[in-house]
Amino acid sequence: MFKYLKQLTSLVAMVAVLFTFTTETMAAKKSKTLKNTQKKGFVRCGVSQGLPGFSNADAAGNWTGVDVDVCRAVAAAVLGDANKVKFTPLSAKERFTALTSNEIDILSRNTTWTLSRDADIGLTFVGVNFYDGQGFMVRKNSGYSSVNDFKNGISACTNLGTTTELNMRDFFNSKGISYEPVTFEKADEVVAAYDAGRCDTYTTDKSGLAAQRIKLSSPDDHIVLPETISKEPLGPVVRQGDSVWEDIVRWSLNVMIEAEEYGVNSANADSMKTSDNPAVKRLVGAEGELGAALGLDNDWSLRIIKQVGNYGESYKRNIADTGILPDRGPNELWTKGGILYVPPAR
Amino acid sequence: MNIKKILPQLLTLLVVILIFGFFSYNAQVNMENRGITFGYGFLSQESSFDVQFSLIEFDGSHSYFRAYLVGLLNTILVSVIGIIFATVIGIVVGIARLSNNYLIKRTAAVYVEFFRNIPLLLQIFFWYFAALRALPLPQDAEPMFGVFFLTIKGFFVPAFVWNNLNIFIYSLIAAIISIIFIRIYAKRKQENEGIQTPVLSISIGLLLILPILSFLFGGVNASVEVPVIKQLSQSGFTYEGGIKLPPELISLALALSLYTATFIAECVRAGVQGVSKGQKEAAASIGLTPNQVLKLVVMPQALRIIIPPTTNQYLNLTKNSSLAAAIAYPDLVLVFAGTALMQTGRAIEIVSITMLTYLSLSISISLFMNWYNKKIAIKEK
Repeated sequence: MFKYLKQLTSLVAMVAVLFTFTTETMAAKKSKTLKNTQKKGFVRCGVSQGLPGFSNADAAGNWTGVDVDVCRAVAAAVLGDANKVKFTPLSAKERFTALTSNEIDILSRNTTWTLSRDADIGLTFVGVNFYDGQGFMVRKNSGYSSVNDFKNGISACTNLGTTTELNMRDFFNSKGISYEPVTFEKADEVVAAYDAGRCDTYTTDKSGLAAQRIKLSSPDDHIVLPETISKEPLGPVVRQGDSVWEDIVRWSLNVMIEAEEYGVNSANADSMKTSDNPAVKRLVGAEGELGAALGLDNDWSLRIIKQVGNYGESYKRNIADTGILPDRGPNELWTKGGILYVPPAR
Repeated sequence: MNIKKILPQLLTLLVVILIFGFFSYNAQVNMENRGITFGYGFLSQESSFDVQFSLIEFDGSHSYFRAYLVGLLNTILVSVIGIIFATVIGIVVGIARLSNNYLIKRTAAVYVEFFRNIPLLLQIFFWYFAALRALPLPQDAEPMFGVFFLTIKGFFVPAFVWNNLNIFIYSLIAAIISIIFIRIYAKRKQENEGIQTPVLSISIGLLLILPILSFLFGGVNASVEVPVIKQLSQSGFTYEGGIKLPPELISLALALSLYTATFIAECVRAGVQGVSKGQKEAAASIGLTPNQVLKLVVMPQALRIIIPPTTNQYLNLTKNSSLAAAIAYPDLVLVFAGTALMQTGRAIEIVSITMLTYLSLSISISLFMNWYNKKIAIKEK
């Protein structure tokens, strides 16, 4: 009897081991990034060196912004705590290398999604968390009211190595205007040089112009011209070759947007478990097995909504309430006249 | 027989090859895993970005290779300007430190201690943003001699528009070649007959007369194109025509030369002090004038001490010019290892080219200075 018991326990142990192996999920086994993140206990997130509203650190070193919230959402989903994120400030130059060389696992740094970036250099864009477009800032007393007023010899300050630099050339070329590009590596120097009068105009994404305007010595003396000269869909990026991690980041973002669509927010998320709407119940983990497909538990999305909030809350907290861009423009839900439209989480 | 000598060298070589092999293999595997392709084909692709200041014609329709040349030439330009100014300032300050005048001596010492002990990047920022703050807007600029305009958007100077420029250049080359022959002749004459020829005045004369002849008879003429102010908007102006030196170039060259000059000044001081007092006294005792003492006895010996450490300073200056990226001067690092790298994403290829370029620049400077050092070294007869 005793002999059998021993065999039985070893059998149980073996089955248990096998079982944990399989329930540790195929996903986790396939995703090196997920496993490493869980082992380290924090999400490694690359952000900007300071762009108010998107990723900006306060005096105490706390990061806030809509780009930061994407990383926090992933941390909430994967580790259960939105604060378990290690932020790495990166220049435009360093950002892709940092990601491909494994220094960070998510790049959430107002980065424009383009074909060559997506296909050529080992990166994968997972979605769009801000629809932006390039614009021009000029001094009010210049009398410029449109980009059509620009004349030959105008000097334009911008960041180097960005899509901005390329769009700027396309724009001035198509207008047949000769211009002087003055390009800096860091945004702070661009602002300082424009502020001092080195350049007649400062060009970058309109959200960036709105955010950087606050840093000028007298923000009210400057205006952003109405024209938008390019499409700049900004979104989080991951390394190519880890499709599970890619899915986790993509759906962490999508869940935030879908939560806003269904009216689920950080305050009412728990009570939504008893909602009549199956889509809402799936969002808060009360129905379906969505987490398992990603290698996570079923409360992953609930934690995102409770700890970070839905997209609308994130936008309001970081961009609208700080006075950067109170009007959501294209970054409004498709149901409310914007172009935010994500595939259903089901 | 020589195995004891060769073996360690072979082992070292093997280790070096293994290390390089490991790193390149590692890079290859990792790049493959991440779906990154490797190759230098991008160099011929269209760059599609513009550069604000370039010595050769460049715009976005040119290739990445041309962008590389633009950056390289700008790096060489700022290095050459920096080296010339650093040398002049360095020699003046170095000699000033040896002056018997207390005020001159202390001023030079304060300058050296101040500028060499502040990080260069900070100095570059200081000069750049100080220049931007201090310089007037184009419409407020006071013309210097009526034709130079120093403004926040750059230093606008008149440009020469030449006719038959090649004939003018030939006349200059002819003048230089004849000066070289006259010098050789004068040296031989002095060695054989002990008679001195006034080489300096003949050289200056030749340098003036031949180009003037080219103007009179060669059909050479030059007109001056003066920068003219142009209105861009109700409050914005710029200048058109002439040559524009961007404020980035001016402040970078200023920062580099003021910083490096402090080290060169110390080299000069060490060199002059390194010549023993006895040499000067001996020279004076055989009847040489003070000028001859300096020219024929002190300087030749001092130079042997000065040249090697000064070479290092020239190399430092060239390498430090890569800090240009911080203030938007389009040097090699900004244009090629900056914009081009980010637009193509080819980090390994571009960084390797950039490293090799700086290496070649440094080695060229080194070789030239070593040649010069050998030329002035003691020739034992």
